[in-house]
Amino acid sequence: MADNGVNVQALLDARTALTGAPQAAQFKWRASCEWKDGTYTQSTVDGYFGLGEQHEHKTTFNFDADHPAVFASEDRGATPVEYVLVGLASCLTAGVAAIAQHRDIQLRSVTSVLEGDMDILGILGADSDVRNGFGGITVSYTIDADATQAELEALVAQSQKRSAVYDIVTNPTNVSVKVSKAA
Amino acid sequence: MQSTTTVVIGGGQAGLAMSRCLTDRSIDHVVLERGEVANSWRTERWDSLRLLTPNWQSRLPGYSYEGDDPDGYRDMPEVIAFLSRYAEVISAPVETGTTVTSVRADDAGYVVTTNQGGWHCRTVVLAAGACNLPRTPAFADALPAGVASVNAMQYRNPDQLADGGVMVVGASATGTQFADEIQRSGRQVTMSISEHIRAPRTYRGRDLEWWMDVTGLHSERYDEIADIGRARKLPSFQLTGTNDRSTLDLNTLRSRGVRMVGRFAGISDGKAQFSGSLNNHCTMSDLKMNRLLDTVDEWAHDNGVDGEVDPSHRLEPTIVDASPRLGMDLASGEIKTVVWATGYRPDYSWLDVPVLDRKGQVRHDGGVVDDAPGMYLLGMQFLRRRNSALIDGVGHDARDLSAHLASYLDGQV
Repeated sequence: MADNGVNVQALLDARTALTGAPQAAQFKWRASCEWKDGTYTQSTVDGYFGLGEQHEHKTTFNFDADHPAVFASEDRGATPVEYVLVGLASCLTAGVAAIAQHRDIQLRSVTSVLEGDMDILGILGADSDVRNGFGGITVSYTIDADATQAELEALVAQSQKRSAVYDIVTNPTNVSVKVSKAA
Repeated sequence: MQSTTTVVIGGGQAGLAMSRCLTDRSIDHVVLERGEVANSWRTERWDSLRLLTPNWQSRLPGYSYEGDDPDGYRDMPEVIAFLSRYAEVISAPVETGTTVTSVRADDAGYVVTTNQGGWHCRTVVLAAGACNLPRTPAFADALPAGVASVNAMQYRNPDQLADGGVMVVGASATGTQFADEIQRSGRQVTMSISEHIRAPRTYRGRDLEWWMDVTGLHSERYDEIADIGRARKLPSFQLTGTNDRSTLDLNTLRSRGVRMVGRFAGISDGKAQFSGSLNNHCTMSDLKMNRLLDTVDEWAHDNGVDGEVDPSHRLEPTIVDASPRLGMDLASGEIKTVVWATGYRPDYSWLDVPVLDRKGQVRHDGGVVDDAPGMYLLGMQFLRRRNSALIDGVGHDARDLSAHLASYLDGQV
């Protein structure tokens, strides 16, 4: 029996339980962000709502974001778009591990490299035909496991099918932004 | 091969205004027109179109409105009659039925080739218009079979569309007008909405275009504003010209049953994808409109006309659904036709002089074309002033550029 450290039974049980109690399946994920200086921000993630109640992470996670020197910034953190790549990579890879567990595929190593192409004429406002975001993203996995190439491809394909971040990146999402003036 | 001093390409308001200015300066010229005077207005616009500017606001060099409905909006037959009469009044030397196939430079100036023979000239004025070709997104070709595609130059009226749902892409003047009359024809319209500029038809009892005129906004110069590149790409005001001078904004269209989705971002697996930015686009549009109305209010106060006009007020914010649709299966039959009201672009396929930038636009400084002495551009968005693309604005530009052209002929510039 493969052991990738994923408790698949708990996930399957949750699926069964939540199908019968869909209101408990309504989650709200949260991040808070504070501007520090220049393009430097610090974001924190400490809790989320789900299963009908508020939850706290075991610890508060901090994320420093900035822009590099070529943008005349001080490079005090990864750029926000790099966080998007990080989110996509970690989501897909968690999915690979879980699905491999479910399919009884023992993983020895899973590495990936993600690249987002961007024409920065968009964010500079220099060319209105160029989008601000990535022109495209490539993800390259290298997987050492007891499985054939075809099985590994199926594993990664299924991970994309069930990935929250993959869905967020590939499909539109309504975003609503409110502003209030501090008292 | 014939010779003249100046060849003006295009017999619309821009070419005619330039002709009048050249005549005033006794500069020998010819106006080449592929069809009849006002050809684009005659052949390339939809049936119900009326000018977005009131009748009085069409002051051309040596000509202006003299009818009894100064606050009305011309329909297409009236626009054609107005410009045809202008051509007669100024005795413009128009060669109709003359399609330019090439403009190239030679040692003496330019050689203009047409289907009716060629012209040598020292100077040339590009006045063929900004709206020669429809601008549609690349994915327009990816619509599934069974969904018809109609662009803004093909659209005439709702009767040409199949029965069933219609998606109108674009929410500027063109898109809102299409959506309104198609919805009224009994076809359910869904509008895909990107950047747009909301504007009330009348404000404090006066036409918005009157305010644009008296406040000086219309005559703001290209070399006096912060970001001319951006200003030249702004969408048109969300206006329409009707007898009751009513405002046609997204709230009006919503009340008539039109559905709203965000920017048409692409087609994936036969499904239309709409951006989640509808909220932001509507918020930005309301903010821009309110800034404009603030400017109007300030001007009215500073110039002591508060007592002569109605009280200041603001429009209700644009209503946006809580969760606008983000996708639509184009094979479901919900939409039978997509109408692209996504703008126009000029056609320079005949221009064999290297004056275009990498985006295919003529490089110029207020209509004086870069690196092409004696070549001028006229009738484009914010060419020299905010109203350069309007009938009321092109005359100012023609006067300025004809003065430059005369100096060039005299060896002064």
